[in-house]
Amino acid sequence: MLEVRGLRKVYGGHGRTVEAVRDLTFELKAGELACLVGPSGCGKTTLLKCIAGLLAPTSGEVSVHGQRVAGPPADMAVVFQEYGRSLYPWMTVGANVELPLKEKRLVRARRRQLVTDSLAAVGLHDVENAYPWQLSGGMQQRVAIARALAYEPQVLLMDEPFAAVDAQTRADLEDLVRSVWQRFGITLLFVTHDIDEAVYLGERVIVLSASPTVVQHQVTVDLPTERDQLATRSLARFAELRAEIYQQIHQAKAASTADRLAAEALA
Amino acid sequence: MSGPTSVSTGRASPVTLSQPAALQSGTAAHQRRRHLPLGLFGLIGLLLVLELVPRIGLVSPAYLSPTSEIVKTLAGEVGRPSFWIAVWDTVRSWAIGLIIAVIAGTVVGLILGSVGFLRRLTSSLIEFLRPIPSVSLVPLAVLLYGNDIRSKLLLIVYAAFWQVLIQVMYGAHDVDPVAADTARSFRLGRLALLRHVTWPTVLPYFMTGVRLAASVALILAVTGELVIGAPGLGKEIAIAQSSAAIPLVYAYVVTTGLLGVLVNLGARAVERRVLSWHPSVRGEVAA
Amino acid sequence: MTWLLRRATSLAFIVGLPLVVFVALWFGTAGSTNFYLPSMQVIMDSLASDWLGSRLGDDVLPSLARLAMGYLLAAVLGVGLGVLVGLSRPVRQVLEPVLEFFRAIPPPVLVPVLILFAGIGTTMKVFVIASGAVWPILLNSVEGVRAVDPVQLDTARCYRFSRRALLRRVVLPAASPQIFAGLRQALSIAIILMVISEMFAATNGLGFAIVQLQRSFAIPEMWAGIVVLGLLGFVLSILFRFVEDRVLAWHRGLRRAERS
Repeated sequence: MLEVRGLRKVYGGHGRTVEAVRDLTFELKAGELACLVGPSGCGKTTLLKCIAGLLAPTSGEVSVHGQRVAGPPADMAVVFQEYGRSLYPWMTVGANVELPLKEKRLVRARRRQLVTDSLAAVGLHDVENAYPWQLSGGMQQRVAIARALAYEPQVLLMDEPFAAVDAQTRADLEDLVRSVWQRFGITLLFVTHDIDEAVYLGERVIVLSASPTVVQHQVTVDLPTERDQLATRSLARFAELRAEIYQQIHQAKAASTADRLAAEALA
Repeated sequence: MSGPTSVSTGRASPVTLSQPAALQSGTAAHQRRRHLPLGLFGLIGLLLVLELVPRIGLVSPAYLSPTSEIVKTLAGEVGRPSFWIAVWDTVRSWAIGLIIAVIAGTVVGLILGSVGFLRRLTSSLIEFLRPIPSVSLVPLAVLLYGNDIRSKLLLIVYAAFWQVLIQVMYGAHDVDPVAADTARSFRLGRLALLRHVTWPTVLPYFMTGVRLAASVALILAVTGELVIGAPGLGKEIAIAQSSAAIPLVYAYVVTTGLLGVLVNLGARAVERRVLSWHPSVRGEVAA
Repeated sequence: MTWLLRRATSLAFIVGLPLVVFVALWFGTAGSTNFYLPSMQVIMDSLASDWLGSRLGDDVLPSLARLAMGYLLAAVLGVGLGVLVGLSRPVRQVLEPVLEFFRAIPPPVLVPVLILFAGIGTTMKVFVIASGAVWPILLNSVEGVRAVDPVQLDTARCYRFSRRALLRRVVLPAASPQIFAGLRQALSIAIILMVISEMFAATNGLGFAIVQLQRSFAIPEMWAGIVVLGLLGFVLSILFRFVEDRVLAWHRGLRRAERS
């Protein structure tokens, strides 16, 4: 469904280059929910932008449905971390959700239905005529999710979507992600730096190394499908998975520090 | 004249996500310098086009002189005292008018801005007087002062005053009440309060007001010379035009433009210097 | 009751001082024998009989028409070119110093230059107004477009907006606060240029009429003309704010929300 093969991204500056992503290969099956975790600054955002077709990789390729991604693919939607900046403040919530559908050239009746349904699916009622900035941060991110859902994508990318909301809201939104994923049967790639979140949400967790990034480790999350903030998080298995991933990330960091020290010693 | 220039609107300039932080060490100043060559191409390109357009007859040289001729004329003028007298006349009235406007605007602005009652009382009158175009005072200035420098000063001061007043008023109103109360609790006197609490808050607004007033003052100085015939660059342009000395018209127009660039660059440099220590870089007042 | 009181107070504050000033001027100048400073009564009489009479059609309306044409031309050119320049980084870098230079030229000096090209007719005045007012609009549009949030642009790309929709739905609204700042500045420049171009060379118009009245020492009429110009500036700025408040209502709300 979603394949990333040998992805490499080097930023060329004036006279110096930075290798953000070295060699990434992984794949998502149709309808899978996978989480990407990695130490901060490991190029998660770069990777996500390459997958979304917003950034051209230096080498390697991303393909969706076996089709190589050269620009933003038609059946993909992205939810950004910066909800406040990705929703358009000059449009009402309804207009924000509807605009991509207009661009998709859907008829009016269908658009109205999708807007109402998707807003209801994220638990928002009666906010269609409000402006995004009149809502709380959590509600704004719900709107961004509703906009993505209304677009009826097959692949949904989420880039640390809950990094900027408070803990309680965050828990609610995590459950929302699980429930829409199950309901809409989409393929979902969720990027986060929070290990707990990755384990709680994912069917699989892909652990990235520090920059220059490779896939460090992959863990299948064998927790029950029905998850609950209290019950799931207190399972022994949850703690084991969490520890495993934590260790991997710790190793990744240590390795990169050792690398850097070695490089500096050589220089 | 009403309304200050560019209101910075948005959030802090967002970091482009497509570039890792490591690559963004180049400061704005550094980047500016690197882009300057491109801008130089732009300037050279413009000069070339302006040279060629009249030469190949796209526009009659009777309307538009080729660049080379303008430069030649300007070079000739620069060697003559009359040119420098005209420049001096313009610059002097600009400076005097600006200073009067800045002092008056600051004093009135501080008073109105820090006394809530006075601010409320005067706001509607200010809103009414400010948009009155200062050129409407031209006939009055002529009647009162003829083509004396005072005519120009009347126009300059009227236009520049509002720019300073509005910014300073807003700044004085913006003084943190907690800071003011703290100062009072330490029994700071009125003057010390002004010196240590009010003024530092007002300063960025004040600088913005001065910058805006400086460019407005130049516009009105040249206007006065052009329309009233007070001595200065504007008058020289009018004379050159009526005697059909086309290259001379352009030479003087270019001079006023260069003067304008100097005023803008100078004002911005002063603003940066004065505010370099200031913790907050504020947006301008949308007035 | 307190609400009513509050409204009454704020109304008193709004009307208070202007009313006091007007009354003071009215009685202070009553029976004035100063040739240059006629009584308010005489000025108001002239305003009513002269300026609201034949001069309205002969001078005021032609001036307004020139102003409107010149300002609209400047707005269309300024926003159009500003968006084009703002969208392309290389174009911006090449043109920036050139634009800064043109912006720095005091617009009134364009009057004698444009007389060369366009004579002294209405065309000249429209061009003078447009060519002076275009720079603040252009430069603010460039700046506004340049500062459009990259996340907003990425979002538009992800949802595969057409170029047209990208411009109309994202770039223009995002830049609109800055564009309006330029338009506001341009309005006062446009009024100045309207007056100056008419003072310089014209056969009718507000600027022309005021200067003629001053030269023929028709002092009360001249004063009335100055009042008309002042009112024009005032009314146009009120109109502008009215439009701006509608168009940028979202921006005000956003700023309020960000501050709290």
